[in-house]
Amino acid sequence: MAKYLLLKHYRGAPAAVNDVPMDRWTPEEISAHVTYMNDFAARLQETGEFVDAQALAPEGTFVRYDGEGRPPVTDGPFAETKDLIAGWMVIDVDSYERAVELAGELSAAPGAGGKPIHEWLELRPFLTEPPTITE
Amino acid sequence: MDEALLRSLTPTVLGVLVRRGADFVAAEDAVQDALVEAIRVWPADPPRDPKGWLVTVAWRKFLDATRADAARRRRENLVDEEPPPGPAPAVDDTLQLYFLCAHPSLTPSSAVALTLRAVGGLTTRQIAQAYLVPEATMAQRISRAKRTVAGVRFAQPGDVATVLRVLYLVFNEGYSGDVDLAAEAIRLTRQLAAAIDHPEVAGLLALMLLHHARRAARTAPDGRLVPLAEQDRSRWDTTLIAEGIEILQAALARDRLGEFQAQAAIAALHADAPTADETDWVQIVEWYDELTRLTDSPVVRLNRAVAVGEADGPRAGLAALAELDDSLPRYAAVAAYLHERDGDLSTAARLYAEAAHKAPNLAERDHLTRQAARINARRAR
Repeated sequence: MAKYLLLKHYRGAPAAVNDVPMDRWTPEEISAHVTYMNDFAARLQETGEFVDAQALAPEGTFVRYDGEGRPPVTDGPFAETKDLIAGWMVIDVDSYERAVELAGELSAAPGAGGKPIHEWLELRPFLTEPPTITE
Repeated sequence: MDEALLRSLTPTVLGVLVRRGADFVAAEDAVQDALVEAIRVWPADPPRDPKGWLVTVAWRKFLDATRADAARRRRENLVDEEPPPGPAPAVDDTLQLYFLCAHPSLTPSSAVALTLRAVGGLTTRQIAQAYLVPEATMAQRISRAKRTVAGVRFAQPGDVATVLRVLYLVFNEGYSGDVDLAAEAIRLTRQLAAAIDHPEVAGLLALMLLHHARRAARTAPDGRLVPLAEQDRSRWDTTLIAEGIEILQAALARDRLGEFQAQAAIAALHADAPTADETDWVQIVEWYDELTRLTDSPVVRLNRAVAVGEADGPRAGLAALAELDDSLPRYAAVAAYLHERDGDLSTAARLYAEAAHKAPNLAERDHLTRQAARINARRAR
């Protein structure tokens, strides 16, 4: 009963084993990849472990407060930003071991040549509610 | 409408259906449907006999579902007429349901979800909201759990310890949403205590009551965690404390000590102290020794180090801590506290910051960060 975020990076994670950019895959390979991702999410729904999955556009805007009565300042996108999040999946599982197992499966999604990408996914635990019993 | 009454009838009604020959999976669905209908119908038209109403409606839902099922499969294999109610051992049924829903073949999260629905009478939506997952996910979790235990014979005696672990989880790790899971855990533990005479059930109930009594004092109006020593003890619920202590004493008198009784004894000693300074730490250390003997859990040893620090001074606490693995959750927080009490402020501030970094929840992280900030501000002066 712990929630974990599986983070997929466009940039900033160590290089995948099968590190071919998606636009060099065949259309069939792309379809196989998308199917794998959808099947994976459907399977987690079936096991009662799925919470959320979202993909993000690669380009974003930085925004900050600029003082009373002034509109917020916007900036970017910054091409040089080191870390770039591509999307996430949130799971609710019984143990850390189960979270690692699932992240491993997601990382096996097929890429170029129909072979697993072996991409690095970042696994981050959610902060929980404090326990009731403390001593 | 009295939703508590409605929910308290759930296990009895489910028991009646199962005794009449309905399989658990279908019966549980039928009871859930009947509960949903009761929530809809009762406010305008409250029944004179709520239990009778629920049994009738649930049985009809069960027959409807079975008939639809049978029609789909083009076979008729279930009798239509209502069977005689027969002797209904309601208490036994409730107990069997607890065993079934906490069956060892279930994962903890499945057992928790199934218990809250089949014994607690909560709807899938309420359970999903309570655990912050989509309703579809919770529905799947419950339906898988039911399939997992579908083959378990209903009359099979279970292990009460597995039930207690599930109820403890509901109480201790509950989020605070619309459904008050701590109150629900207490209600379910009371119901269990009425169905089975067992000192550890009483011990868990006492433990819950004693902790629940402090709830109002545990958080400040801004949501900040208030540690035990700083709590306004006039805000503790003395009725719950008195009840918890009475239940605990009756359990301890039976001389079959278990971990929940020992934990409750520690909570009772805290509850007994009019001020934090008057806490009987020597006795608390003795109870931690009992707990260590019963569970040998590293978390217990960590809490024991805190108690030793209070009973025999921070140096003794640090010595007890030194025997433990420093990768334990909350190790740094305990070390920070003991170093501060020992007067080593720079180490304490560093360890509080480290503990904040490792905190498993936001309230603790904020609390530990404030502790580090407080000491740093004092050192800067």
